[in-house]
Amino acid sequence: MMRVNTSICNYCGACVGICPVNCIFLDETIIKIDEERCIKCGFCIRGCPVGAIVADWWTGGGENEEIRV
Amino acid sequence: MRRYEYDVLVVGAGPGGSMAARFAARHGLRVLVVEKRPEIGVPVRCAEGISRTWLDEVEIEPQKRWIDAEIDGAKIYSPNERYVLKLSADQAGNEVGFVLNREYFDKELASLAVKEGAELWVKSPAVNIIKEDGFVKGAIVRRFGEEVEVRARIVIAADGFESQVARWAGLNTVLRERDVDSCIQYRMTNIDVEENFTHFYIGSCAPGGYIWIFPKGENEANVGIGVALNKIKDRGEVKKYLDAFIEKHPNLRKGTPIQIVTGAVSTCPVPKHIVDNGIMLVGDAARLIDPITGGGLANACISGKYAGEIAAKCIENPSKECLEEYQNKVEKKWERKHLRNWFVKEKLSQLSDDTLNKLLEVISQEEIKRLSVRGILEAVQKRYPELIEEFEDLL
Repeated sequence: MMRVNTSICNYCGACVGICPVNCIFLDETIIKIDEERCIKCGFCIRGCPVGAIVADWWTGGGENEEIRV
Repeated sequence: MRRYEYDVLVVGAGPGGSMAARFAARHGLRVLVVEKRPEIGVPVRCAEGISRTWLDEVEIEPQKRWIDAEIDGAKIYSPNERYVLKLSADQAGNEVGFVLNREYFDKELASLAVKEGAELWVKSPAVNIIKEDGFVKGAIVRRFGEEVEVRARIVIAADGFESQVARWAGLNTVLRERDVDSCIQYRMTNIDVEENFTHFYIGSCAPGGYIWIFPKGENEANVGIGVALNKIKDRGEVKKYLDAFIEKHPNLRKGTPIQIVTGAVSTCPVPKHIVDNGIMLVGDAARLIDPITGGGLANACISGKYAGEIAAKCIENPSKECLEEYQNKVEKKWERKHLRNWFVKEKLSQLSDDTLNKLLEVISQEEIKRLSVRGILEAVQKRYPELIEEFEDLL
């Protein structure tokens, strides 16, 4: 399961353009992730400039680890 | 569902979209631009440095209102910051000249499009495309909350790095990990910065990318970083790199961010397919960004102009075959340069701080009139012959 921390997200669309399977959509200011199509590559989690994307399957580290899905 | 019909639908009112709309409208086409945001130019997603050489080509008259600083040259700092390569605007090429105020710049370009007769809707995201018989024929747009059908003979996708419209249409704009740089920038006030120069810091402070300081007037600058995705291990790492850099520099540490800008850029060669039946991609959406500098504004404006003009030529036959002329023009303009710069970028990203220090030491002491890869390598060969092996494949 994935979640975008909206209090950190700057809705820049970096994750959208990075996603290799186009399963992220920036709906004006809200990031929507279609997890059915997600391949769990983690590009969006690492590529988000502010670290706003979290996932229960993400095993890497990073800031904001206290935020759990 | 309400239905509208146009000759051309442009998705995105950034510089690429506005220029496409402007030149298409000039040729008498009925043009609609849809912009997702409530305000054009805001929030900014840009470091705002440009050269002044290309503005004539796209018929943009410099205006005081959108120029925050005039720049005479660039300085590139070695990782240990002992060696500084000073480049004049001539030598530095694309990203030296002005530091813009994109909020005003983007609005001016949108108004140039409107003056030519284009219509413009803000707060109107495209939420899907209309594709029939293998042709893109418009988009579903949520216009201020109401979903409407916008039919068009040609769609110009100018939706930036997200490049969503292209992928809905089936065009492959997927990037490899190595060809994405994740970026964050603070607009900082109350700092000490040498005005009239843009400043670039390379090496392990920003793996696979660089840190920039672009002055925005007295005691103010855009201080930002791009890091290659394949060099990022953890969540939130990009911001940490930038914060560490600022912490190390007292002239910056004393300042305060008054804006946080985030985004990403592509650093790939020109894609093989940026047109299809009824659709053309421009600017960042077409991945037309210089792989070394990450600069994309000039390319967005120029490719926008090309797309607008070719839309007029192909309006009765918006097939891939006709629109291929746009692909050819783009390739002629950027394919070689971006491929070469992609190779150099790949090479630079592999170099250690130690090697980069030696490289900058040599280059900064040489009288290099015109920066060329060959000129630099010959200078390196003289001073550090053992280093040249690392660069052999560039010769």
